[in-house]
Amino acid sequence: MIEQIVFYLFAGMLVFSASMVVVMRNPIHAALFLILSFFASSAIWLLLQAEFLAITLVLVYVGAVMVLFLFVVMMLNINKVTVEEGFARHLPLGISVAVSMVVAMGLVVGSDYFLSERYTAVQQLDPNYSNAKELGIAIYTEYLYQFEIAGAILLVAIIAAITLGMSKLKITKAINPNQQVYVKKEDRLRIIKMQAEPKNKNEESDA
Amino acid sequence: MLEILYQFISEQVLSPITALIVPLDYQAQALIVLQTIIKILSVLVPVLVTVAYFTYAERKVIGFIQGRIGPNRVGFFGFSLWGLGQPIADAVKLIVKEIIIPTGSNRFLFVSAPVLSLAPSVAAWAVIPFDDTKVIANINAGLLYVLALTSLAVYGVIIAGWASNSKYAFLGAMRSAAQIISYEIAMGFALVGVLVAAGSLNLGEIVNAQSGSIIHWYWLPLFPLFVIYFISGVAETNRAPFDVAEGESEIVAGFHVEYGGMAFSVFFMAEYANMILIAVLSALLFCGGWLSPVQGIPVLEDLLAWVPPILWLLAKTSFFMFLFLWFRATFPRYRYDQIMRLGWKVFIPLTIVWLVVVSAMVVADVPPWFN
Repeated sequence: MIEQIVFYLFAGMLVFSASMVVVMRNPIHAALFLILSFFASSAIWLLLQAEFLAITLVLVYVGAVMVLFLFVVMMLNINKVTVEEGFARHLPLGISVAVSMVVAMGLVVGSDYFLSERYTAVQQLDPNYSNAKELGIAIYTEYLYQFEIAGAILLVAIIAAITLGMSKLKITKAINPNQQVYVKKEDRLRIIKMQAEPKNKNEESDA
Repeated sequence: MLEILYQFISEQVLSPITALIVPLDYQAQALIVLQTIIKILSVLVPVLVTVAYFTYAERKVIGFIQGRIGPNRVGFFGFSLWGLGQPIADAVKLIVKEIIIPTGSNRFLFVSAPVLSLAPSVAAWAVIPFDDTKVIANINAGLLYVLALTSLAVYGVIIAGWASNSKYAFLGAMRSAAQIISYEIAMGFALVGVLVAAGSLNLGEIVNAQSGSIIHWYWLPLFPLFVIYFISGVAETNRAPFDVAEGESEIVAGFHVEYGGMAFSVFFMAEYANMILIAVLSALLFCGGWLSPVQGIPVLEDLLAWVPPILWLLAKTSFFMFLFLWFRATFPRYRYDQIMRLGWKVFIPLTIVWLVVVSAMVVADVPPWFN
């Protein structure tokens, strides 16, 4: 009973915030609604007792990915007028993409596979049941190859992204803090001995 | 004593209330809800009082380090009492001040930003164990929960910086976002080291895995990770020497430059609550939490047997809280690019190397920690 109320609450929140992501004109508001939708889906996962996945969703997407997303959106200061330009021109292409997506999703997520009768209700798991442990065993034994391949793809992506970012580095005048922190006093400061100025000359200039 | 008080409240106060108000079918559930609220309050109220007196301690400690006296006037009933009434006077002053909302700001986000920064640091206390049994929510993935919630604190800062419609606030928010993202990686890797060593994500089990005397705690085998965790914690809370997000000398006060009154003080409370949280986590993960440092040592153990476990945890936490103040009084502020270098080029490689070392130690059952 309470679980159902919680489910509908978060499911409603998820649908609402996901549609607001599309509808909102201000990109920062859209990004914030995307964060809210991540939260709502994480809560739904918690209802399925998948606490590891739920917390990881918040940790990775909300805690890291969306922060960078907001960072970029705030820096860009997107102009609303240029976004709306060419709306009519791109409309046919947009509609065809949208229709094909809906058809494809309908085929995959349709009642053939996801009929609720095909699934048993979520069982109450033992309190000592560790989600993380089960997931680890599955990933590192049964699905080891897939996991390693995914890791290799991500590594390639990281290297590619860094190389793309590095290409402009040569012309910048960025200082190298690596060398800077090793600077000693002797490198920058020279103390020389010199004669003191005669005293009475100073007094004359003061007067 | 705390248990007796809790028993008394739950039996003498809560049970009659639920019996009076709630229909018979739901009484058991209602009692659990009320008991949980009492438990939450018994953690939250001390935390918030500590936040208030932590600001006082900061001013006193830094005052003594710099050869000053610190606040010593405001007391109670005509007695100055070393200025112990100062935090309360400050709170009253901040509550009665006007909150100014700048023109051109995003009103809703401007007001919700302080709440967003305080809420995660308070919510994280749900999984902090104070004893073998004293914990609000003893969940399996406790460490992950704490890491997820501490990573959310950045939203308050970013949204405050953006919603203020001010250059300085925006610059502060950008600096803070970049800094928190960078140090979170090092912090996460340090925590991975802890969970490899303990073999569990549950904070209580991590503490129990360290049982033994002071040399059995994880600060010794995980020493680099311990240092990196604490320094990353200082960076995550935007404290000196990593407080470029505030940077009084360049960007006035950074992200909260437009805030006044209670809205500002909520940011202030969030910063101190985060510091206390990092301190208690360092105590739990690396310094044996509530375990006694002389456990298993023949004579000393009996001499110190009267100390309740929670006192050890509080003592360790206080030490780490003191370190925050000591850092602030000692170190000059890091420059922004040096912060980035330290996070990405020093801490992250070091944690990855030490993860391999820890894994090797665990596999080899190195005594006295991993056998």
